[in-house]
Amino acid sequence: MDIVGVLPLDVAGAVIVLWLALGLLGLALQHSPHLITNVIFPLGAIVSLALAATGLWALGVDASYAILPMGLPDLPFHLRLDPLSAFFLILLSGASFGVSLFSAGYFKSMQGNTLGLLCLEYHLFLASMALVLLADDAYMFMVAWETMALSSYFLVTTDHHVPDIRKAGFLYLLIAHVGAIGILLSFGVMQGGHGIGAYTFAAMREAHLSAFWSSVAFLLALFGFGAKAGLLPLHVWLPEAHPAAPSPVSALMSGIMLKTAIYGILRVTFDLLSVQQWWWGVLALALGLMTAIFGVMFAAVQGDMKRLLAYSSIENIGLLLVGIGLTIIFHVYGKNALAALSLTATLYHSLNHAFFKCLLFIGTGSILHATGERNMGRMGGLIHHMPWVAVLMLVGVLSISGLPPFNGFVSEWLLLQAFLLSPGLPNTYINMLIPVAAAVIALAAALAAYVMVKFYGIIFLGQPRGEAREHAHDAGIWERIGLSWLAFGCVVLGLAPVYVVRQLDLVTHVLVGRGLGNAAAGWLFLAPVDIERASYSPVYFLLAVLGVMLVTALVVHYFYHGRLRRGPAWDCGFPEQTSRMQDTAEGFGQPIRRIFEPFFRIESELPSAFDTHPRYHGRSDDRIWFALYLPIKSITEKLSSLASLLQHGRIHLYLTYTFVTLVVLLAFV
Amino acid sequence: MMTTDQRLGILFQLYQSLLVVLLAPLLTGWVNQCRAWLQNRTGPGLMQPYRTLRKLFHKDAVMAYNASPLFRVTPYILFGCMWLAAAIIPIIAVDLPFSPAADVIALVGVFALARVFIALAAMDIGTAFGTLGARREMLVSFLAEPALLMVFFTASLISHSTQLPRIVEALAHHQFVLYPSLAFAGLAFVIVLLAENARIPVDNPGTHLELTMIHEAMILEYSARHLALVEWASSLKLFAYIAIGIALFVPYGIAEVGNWGALPQAIIALLVKLTLAGAALALLEALLAKMRIFRAPEFLGTAFLLAVLGLLIHFLLGA
Repeated sequence: MDIVGVLPLDVAGAVIVLWLALGLLGLALQHSPHLITNVIFPLGAIVSLALAATGLWALGVDASYAILPMGLPDLPFHLRLDPLSAFFLILLSGASFGVSLFSAGYFKSMQGNTLGLLCLEYHLFLASMALVLLADDAYMFMVAWETMALSSYFLVTTDHHVPDIRKAGFLYLLIAHVGAIGILLSFGVMQGGHGIGAYTFAAMREAHLSAFWSSVAFLLALFGFGAKAGLLPLHVWLPEAHPAAPSPVSALMSGIMLKTAIYGILRVTFDLLSVQQWWWGVLALALGLMTAIFGVMFAAVQGDMKRLLAYSSIENIGLLLVGIGLTIIFHVYGKNALAALSLTATLYHSLNHAFFKCLLFIGTGSILHATGERNMGRMGGLIHHMPWVAVLMLVGVLSISGLPPFNGFVSEWLLLQAFLLSPGLPNTYINMLIPVAAAVIALAAALAAYVMVKFYGIIFLGQPRGEAREHAHDAGIWERIGLSWLAFGCVVLGLAPVYVVRQLDLVTHVLVGRGLGNAAAGWLFLAPVDIERASYSPVYFLLAVLGVMLVTALVVHYFYHGRLRRGPAWDCGFPEQTSRMQDTAEGFGQPIRRIFEPFFRIESELPSAFDTHPRYHGRSDDRIWFALYLPIKSITEKLSSLASLLQHGRIHLYLTYTFVTLVVLLAFV
Repeated sequence: MMTTDQRLGILFQLYQSLLVVLLAPLLTGWVNQCRAWLQNRTGPGLMQPYRTLRKLFHKDAVMAYNASPLFRVTPYILFGCMWLAAAIIPIIAVDLPFSPAADVIALVGVFALARVFIALAAMDIGTAFGTLGARREMLVSFLAEPALLMVFFTASLISHSTQLPRIVEALAHHQFVLYPSLAFAGLAFVIVLLAENARIPVDNPGTHLELTMIHEAMILEYSARHLALVEWASSLKLFAYIAIGIALFVPYGIAEVGNWGALPQAIIALLVKLTLAGAALALLEALLAKMRIFRAPEFLGTAFLLAVLGLLIHFLLGA
């Protein structure tokens, strides 16, 4: 493939430069917003496509390296493009293609100068995420990581005149930096004290740490990347920051940015650290399960559509971490075929989540534009006003619920297969843990369907709640193209798992030493181990269901008739029914709140019988915020008020401090 | 070129698909008849479901003004999913060429797909009862679905496969052993069967009493051919669940691979098993009382825990 000496890495680098150039061009063009939306964003999308092609090319070839003449004196920027980076580049560019096209339509109502700045931040965000994936030394990685955090912070606070959004942005920035410290310390441990040159990833691979220090490095990395991914208990920023951002940015953050953290965990665990410990896997598994259940439980009680999706992202990150945990366990015990299976499930689910979560988030953008509402309790019946968005989002909803033949089902299927094949590990304790874990996964998946029925049903179906939504309009042409691309991705990833798994094999080969392969011949059947053990064919499945549907419809209409008339809905003998009598979002989530009551911090305010303006108020909060974050906050405040005792703002006082310090030091030396 | 066995297999797959779709309403009729006898009523006879279907197909459909296309296609999706589910469960012979397309996990997925669509259709009109039904249905299923999956997992671990024909083969032909894990799984499965098919004690298929209904609340707005398809799909679902029960827990008498001569005997065995299972279901319903909706999660939680316990016992005892 090496045609004229061009490496995939060169093309990827050029793509990143192009993104930066487009961002700057957008800033320069802020007086002609039409050009920004109709030209710059679509061009950015085409650049994404080029990056996706590069990623696919890089999957099949050896890793390519580059050293840039930039950076620290003894540590220039190192870049490397191996199959793991290539896979995540495909994820980034595949999903961002749809989001950028959508943005071309979504941002057209924006003011010129805000739009110019947003265009720069948006493309900087994309470029920094790509650089995170390409970085091959700790310094480059941290620079890209911080650029990613900062550009996304500015994107989150696009509507900075809203106090809540400023607050959400601050929380995000804070936890992002606490996490960054963890990552930095982890790199510090991995370089093993060999000077600045040892901060390259190549040197870390050769470092061979002791079991203790590699565990420390792993825990620090898990903490640092977990903070970015929204792992329990570092998740508090996620449901605040993701909904606060404009919808395409929420999509990028939830669908793609969270995956850079997954990439980081995989990179550190399987590439930079040469030996893993079994208990890392158990820890990741346990944390993942808790995160998944927590996320889906809270998603079920949300009334804000974007918060609901943000909690659902927490759930999916939990599932991904479960996959990583399983992979570690299998890898440590030398069961590499199983490690390949669970790693494939993890990577597949990352890709799926990128597609369906971006689709759902940008869909909420269209709804927000059409109705001006984020509260689901004021929507309803939008399927009549926005048929395009409704149909495309139905694909996303079915995918995220893990229903066949869509993509979410494939990765869930693979993950459950990994659980089913797990017996025979030499550790009895883990053998007992695994069935319980499988049960929790199944429960989370079933609850996800509950959440998604609520999400779709309350927004699109039923009668309009609240004021008339007659002015609600369908998405524009750019928005439709963006939504369609992502929905198409969900369908293709669902129908062609054999092809996707074959590509993923190239990545698993690098990380755990072997690929999954496919036991069945041809592309119709996915059979991870043995066709006798398990197989699944989404195409046959789809054809069977569609065939039966078609035949049934024809037979019914041919033998009987197709007569249909419309009438009012049946009122059960109570003619005064209004649209307010449908379930609200809170009402639909109420059973979950009731069943899982101990997990929520519930505040409710019931009107008395004599109120002239009765008002019902209820909210379910996160206990972790009150049990963990508020104490930390108050301790920090106390400490800083203690420190302020020293601070008086008078220069001679500070000079006295310096003098006293010097005297004390002199006394010692 | 296909071998003779493959051709026979496809023929047999078609035969079973037709058999289940025609036989399913009869099973529903039988259960209802048994229930009537237990309640000291004469009962409408075995053929009543067919007469109801015929009547419904002849009627003109009425749909609410604001019904969306989703509402119209859902009965067909429901029917397609349930037929597919019933068609891939080995009940007479294990040679089912379509079975590799969907294993037990996919089978759970098919049920989930149908359930999500009927719940969405129930919310489509926007009446209080529709959303109430949808909410309760999802409430019941979020515990029933993982329990069913765990039951399947126990069986898969015993037979080292998630393919239904392989599971049935392993359980029916290889050795006659009592698996303690399967006993737990069986108990859990019965609870799931009751809940998923809208049976007492979770739901009552016989009433339209607003405060207690789940399944009936969801399909209140359906009429004529759409209602007929929904009802038929419900029959197919009941048939599929009972067939799963037979396949996992009493698979004896099923025809082995390539042994087409054993078919007549297998069909008779199946009919006997279905008759007994239907009567047992009616008896169970007559003995139990409908429970409050918020007791249902506890009931299903029990099923879930039993199923997980079965799985753990398999890991502990290896059986």
